[in-house]
Amino acid sequence: MTNILKKILSSLLTILVVACLVFLAFAVIPGDPAVAKLGTQATPDKLNALRHEMGLDIPLMKRFATWIAGVIHGDFGNSYSYSMPVSKLIADKLPVTIILTLYSFVIMIVLSVSVAIFAARKENSGLDRFIQILTQVIMSIPPFFGGIIITLIFGLGLRLFAPGGYVSYGINMFKFLGYMFWPALAIALPKGAMAFSLLYSGLVTERKKDYARTAYSRGNSTKDVFYKHLLRNACIPVVTFFGMALADMIAGSIVIEQVFGIPGLGRILLTSIQNRDYPVVEAIIVCIAILVTVSNLLVDVLYRVIDPRTVISE
Amino acid sequence: MKNKFKNKDFNLIVGLILAAVVIIPAVVGIFWTPYDTEAMSSSLKLSGSSLAHPMGCDNFGRDILSRVMSGSSTTLLIGLGTVLIGAVAGTLIGALTGYYGGLVDDIFMRFNDVMFSFPSLLLALVFVAVMGSGRMQLLFALGIAFIPSYVRIVRAEYVRARNLDYVKSAKLAGASDIRVMFVHILPNTVKVLINSVLIGFNNAVLAEAGLSFLGIGVQPPDASLGRMLADSQTYLFNRPGMAVAPGITLIVMVLGISLLGKSKLVTER
Repeated sequence: MTNILKKILSSLLTILVVACLVFLAFAVIPGDPAVAKLGTQATPDKLNALRHEMGLDIPLMKRFATWIAGVIHGDFGNSYSYSMPVSKLIADKLPVTIILTLYSFVIMIVLSVSVAIFAARKENSGLDRFIQILTQVIMSIPPFFGGIIITLIFGLGLRLFAPGGYVSYGINMFKFLGYMFWPALAIALPKGAMAFSLLYSGLVTERKKDYARTAYSRGNSTKDVFYKHLLRNACIPVVTFFGMALADMIAGSIVIEQVFGIPGLGRILLTSIQNRDYPVVEAIIVCIAILVTVSNLLVDVLYRVIDPRTVISE
Repeated sequence: MKNKFKNKDFNLIVGLILAAVVIIPAVVGIFWTPYDTEAMSSSLKLSGSSLAHPMGCDNFGRDILSRVMSGSSTTLLIGLGTVLIGAVAGTLIGALTGYYGGLVDDIFMRFNDVMFSFPSLLLALVFVAVMGSGRMQLLFALGIAFIPSYVRIVRAEYVRARNLDYVKSAKLAGASDIRVMFVHILPNTVKVLINSVLIGFNNAVLAEAGLSFLGIGVQPPDASLGRMLADSQTYLFNRPGMAVAPGITLIVMVLGISLLGKSKLVTER
């Protein structure tokens, strides 16, 4: 328990450090947000007035202190280009990105576990070899190109969904999840292929061990031996990968959102980067940092559930 | 039959072929392309493949083959540059912290772990947001973003080697720390390093394509595979070939390099 507490504390510290670095990085770089908003033709008077309005004339350290204090309370200041509080701006977009990430995570796990067990049961067969080659190819597909292929085949070809026909979760949850399946699949496929090859080699090693033979001899079916006995042990080394994959999927969803026209954090992050709207960029990066650290924490907990030995050895 | 197959290293052969199929045109593309990558022609807009234009033309009537060649040479150069920055800086930091250990090592590793837990695409995105877009900015953004992964691997090797007999005897023979680090230990990390360089190259290629796809990587007029894919989306229904050409090029490049990484040449110690 104390270990989990320690992890939580160090995660909070990590988020704080990231927040500090991000703020300082955007504070010291050249480029004046006031000029970016008004254009280079603006009069000095107007620029100064705007700088005052944006709070850019306050000394850096004081600005920093106010910002950090705000962040702790969930207040990220005001957006330069949208003239509204950043927290309000991203509040309805954050859930979209989180849902997309979790959705792809679930698809990745279901796909990789079921296909790995299927292939491992048919080890060395022609089908197994085919799956091996296929996963190797899928691993090399950039997620956004995967998204384009999926749009091409399932959207335009088979008409299973309407490309660009995003429905907000507030309007119709069912349709929302139906549309989100495809982008989630695009993110999940390459990661799932990697998880597959890790799981597969784990399963193949585990099935040769004595306890697997014992499980067979006690009358378990092959399916039971794989799902109830081998899977857990084969999963242990893969859990670390799952954690990294979850963090990567947050980044992946930002890219995939552009392919499928989903109004998540990705689009607003990109426009804000181009508009030099730093409060928004800072807020989104801090949000992502929180998501990444939380997913790392979850994986730590998952590790303990799957392999209780880690708790004892600590 | 089976033994005959086992002796051959298929990963190596197929990997080499696939990598060559993309990398040779990419290298040629640095110096020469069949057409000017910027030459537009309204009569050739979105035209399909023909003898003169094997991959057809894009929405501005530019030759897709020329743009794929030039785009993959950009990708290749950024990939190589990124790997160079990441591997050199990563090896230096990893060697020093792993060899000496102590407080500096602790602090560096804490920082490194935080960086590492962040998806490198996002790190690069933050750096691009700070430094601006363009080829050089992208090169440095990706290079820095990938340093932590090399530090981790190299440091682990040095921590392991630190207490091995050959290092101890080298020290007893009076070799300086620098000499032990870079003449004695470094050659033993090469195998591990090569593997991570190959993986790092692929990650850099994918990240470059991703960022260019988002419009914040390589900027026009420079051709880029990611950007071509982004442009192709509007014409996906009428001219899927516009997406397929750069997409397949990316896949073949990444697949070829990752097969090389799995070949016995790299994996066997």
